[in-house]
Amino acid sequence: MATLQLRNITKHFGDTEVIKGIDLEVNDREFVVFVGPSGCGKSTLMRMIAGLESASGGDILIDGQRISDVGPADRGLAMVFQSYALYPHMTVEGNMGFSMRLAGVPKEERRAKVLEAAKILQLEPLLDRKPKALSGGQRQRVAIGRAIVRNPSIFLFDEPLSNLDAALRVQMRIELARLHDELDATMIYVTHDQIEAMTMADKIVVLHDGAVEQVGSPMALYHHPYNRFVAGFIGSPKMNFLPVTLTGVTPDRVSIRLPGGGERSVPVDGQHLDANATLELGVRPEHLVLEEHGPLSGEIKVLERLGGQTSLYVQMGDELVTIMAGGDVAYRVHDTVRFGFSPERAHLFDAAGLALPSLQQHPLAGLTRHDNRASGEPA
Amino acid sequence: MTTSGSKMAAPHATTGRRSAQTRRAFITVLGWSIALMIFFPIFWMILTGFKTETVAIADPTLIFSPTLENYQAVQERSGYTRFALNSVAVAFGSTFLALLIAIPCAYAMAFLPTKRTKGTLLWMLSTKMLPSVGVLVPIYLIFRDVGLLDTRTGLILIYTLMNLPIVVWMLYTFFKDMPKDILEAARMDGASKLQEIFFLLLPLTLPGIASTGLLSVILSWNEAFWSLNLTTSNAAPLTAYIASFSSPEGLFWAKLSAASTMAIAPILILGWMTQKQMVRGLTFGAVK
Amino acid sequence: MNKPCASGRTVGGLRTLSLQAPAVTLLLLWMIVPLGMTLWFSFQRYNLLMPGVTGFAGLENYQYLVTDPALWTAMGNTLLLVGWVLAITVIGGTLLAVLFQQDFAGRGIARVLAISPFFVMPTVSALVWKNMMMHPSNGVLAWLFESVGLPAVDWFSSLPLTSIVIIVAWQWLPFALLILLTAMQSLDEDQVEAARMDGAGPVAIFFFITLPHLKRAISVVIMIEMIFLLTIFAEIFVTTSGGPGLATTNLAYLIYIRALLDFDVGTASAGGVIAIILANVVAIFLVRMVAKNLED
Repeated sequence: MATLQLRNITKHFGDTEVIKGIDLEVNDREFVVFVGPSGCGKSTLMRMIAGLESASGGDILIDGQRISDVGPADRGLAMVFQSYALYPHMTVEGNMGFSMRLAGVPKEERRAKVLEAAKILQLEPLLDRKPKALSGGQRQRVAIGRAIVRNPSIFLFDEPLSNLDAALRVQMRIELARLHDELDATMIYVTHDQIEAMTMADKIVVLHDGAVEQVGSPMALYHHPYNRFVAGFIGSPKMNFLPVTLTGVTPDRVSIRLPGGGERSVPVDGQHLDANATLELGVRPEHLVLEEHGPLSGEIKVLERLGGQTSLYVQMGDELVTIMAGGDVAYRVHDTVRFGFSPERAHLFDAAGLALPSLQQHPLAGLTRHDNRASGEPA
Repeated sequence: MTTSGSKMAAPHATTGRRSAQTRRAFITVLGWSIALMIFFPIFWMILTGFKTETVAIADPTLIFSPTLENYQAVQERSGYTRFALNSVAVAFGSTFLALLIAIPCAYAMAFLPTKRTKGTLLWMLSTKMLPSVGVLVPIYLIFRDVGLLDTRTGLILIYTLMNLPIVVWMLYTFFKDMPKDILEAARMDGASKLQEIFFLLLPLTLPGIASTGLLSVILSWNEAFWSLNLTTSNAAPLTAYIASFSSPEGLFWAKLSAASTMAIAPILILGWMTQKQMVRGLTFGAVK
Repeated sequence: MNKPCASGRTVGGLRTLSLQAPAVTLLLLWMIVPLGMTLWFSFQRYNLLMPGVTGFAGLENYQYLVTDPALWTAMGNTLLLVGWVLAITVIGGTLLAVLFQQDFAGRGIARVLAISPFFVMPTVSALVWKNMMMHPSNGVLAWLFESVGLPAVDWFSSLPLTSIVIIVAWQWLPFALLILLTAMQSLDEDQVEAARMDGAGPVAIFFFITLPHLKRAISVVIMIEMIFLLTIFAEIFVTTSGGPGLATTNLAYLIYIRALLDFDVGTASAGGVIAIILANVVAIFLVRMVAKNLED
């Protein structure tokens, strides 16, 4: 069992409060991703879990035990550093076996365990090399191998893919997901890349300015973001935001007037809104549909054809709207297009940036990655 | 034909291949000439060490029959070895002591910094600025009264104190260069502070510690103020020995050259091997 | 990686202090005791040749010193020495750094040769120059001059201070070269290429790109040299003993004369205090610059 609980964790650096009261649960064998823009505190949070930084306030519990006073090596954790932090003067084998060497494990046993981990990561041919003779991807695997050897209850990954080139990143993403399945361990992963978060996580924790914006499965965050920040952060390309005017509220819909004059009703709860509340409409580029008589229109400024998809950047008054359309659309730059959206795909945000609660939950929103496994395997 | 207002200059003649070659040749000649001119006195001195005294004092010549008589004379008549041993003892003794005291200090400053650390470092720097001549009187009197005049111990003490700021500084910059995350990884691997130092810090900073030690040896070996004023016969290192040639009797150029060659050879070679690292220590880390 | 604060864990102020204690204590003693004593002696009547004469002298020693023309000659010589050596080494060092930065055959070895004088002990440098180079009848320079029909120069008689300047500059030019060359190597080649694309010739590149880049290193060189050059001793001790007359006596040598030849502790100490003050003025600037460097 390897669970983690954070209770009201705070952290100050001098006068600045960097982490502002975070509560979190990580369940056994979950793959949790801390995601957020630079400076949001995600790395600090991870370092506090690891024991490399002390928390200014609050408690950290692993498997129900308070570990705030326990040193980093005794928490049963292993960390993969962003820069890999390999020991430059030791071989790969030496790097991976270092923790055992410190613990006095005899040489034979060390070798055996290192070989085991090396096999999982395909590092056997590299065991006698020193870090400087390895490529970036190889070094990263050694760093992971070093963590595996420790047989930790929780793995911590601090932006492990950020130093790799794009192609390698995709490859390693898949390997890490595979690793999670194979090792069946709890993993906590920090990144600023929301694509990594979406593709690998069972649960995503979106952090912003030292506080948690939302916790949920990737699909939950995608379909039901709590606020404008999460809505704009998750999903690529970024969600479009348009200012709209409130025209009416009913128990099961909120009616709005769109820029350009069209009217739509969105199935969200607007009961608490003032009559003259300012609202923002959020629609993802992939949910904007090119329609001959759509309520919205604008001039195509830039058109990007990827073959299977086309991105259109459309100027609507002061706003630049992104539309993801199919690969075969016949438009050209400077054409005027009309487009619309399905109300179920729309989000409304009030003046404080909070999303009006959705009245219909998306069927996939409750799904976790565990549920994505073939039936018959334990969730 | 004029093209008024043309902004781009016509291609320079220097981009032509032949001009580039001439330029390269010119620089090579210039560089080597200057290097040889600067090195010449040293070269000449080494050469003169192999001449007989009469040849040495005659018109400068590159052609002569070399002899080792000067090297013999220097040892037999004035006991060169004794002075050399003094230099070695004092240089290495003071370096060893300085490193012993400085390593823990630099470690604390680099890895356990407090608000006062920066101030302490700068204060140490300022003690190096103290002109030796300003404290000549008290040091001389203290040494006289305590019996440290003309002793190797006395010199070692002074040199340790003189070099301590540079040694601390240089070690500090090397320790600071150590990537923090490697030490953190070791901590996560279960290393105690002592194990961190033994398995990681020392092996990885050994080159830096060595360079620092070498700089200290060089500075002590070449030091020519205290060695001239605080020693007479017993503890006189090579600097003082060579100085004794300034009041000469009879022909002495060849012997001076032989003695000097031996006196500077080790440091010259050390300096050649460690030039890059010297810069860090010589500028208190301001230039790396 | 954005780390808002150093995660240096302070393991109890006590532990840090105890590791630093030996170094700090020793240097503290080294600073306070001799310094204090010098200061004390400078206000005392204390002459080893006249043991009976003791007592508080107030500013007598300083008055004596300041009215002694020897002091002003010494200060003037010090200024000249430092000024000339600085000029030669810094300007020469910069130009040579540019030269040795260029790629040419055997550059590595040429560099090593050019750097050598700095590693030669001062007594050797001084004597080699005095005897084998500058000797008016048998020296190499004399031979060179006569070969081209010029009269040989009796360096130490007619141009004593210049001779010392030559010797010291010869030793310190390599220092400046070494430091500036190292600093040059951090110059971004891309910058130079961009400038060349903008039409800059070698002279423009030197003034607009190289020199500004070297600004900090040059200041460091100037300050460190000043601190050491203020107390040039061995070269004078071994060649001219301050002469002829006082022509090559600098402040350091004057103090030496007063202390160990005249045994006039009081005056020598007063001179020492003056030297310390001078050095500290320069030191303040160096410390400030290094402090700025620590921020980075």
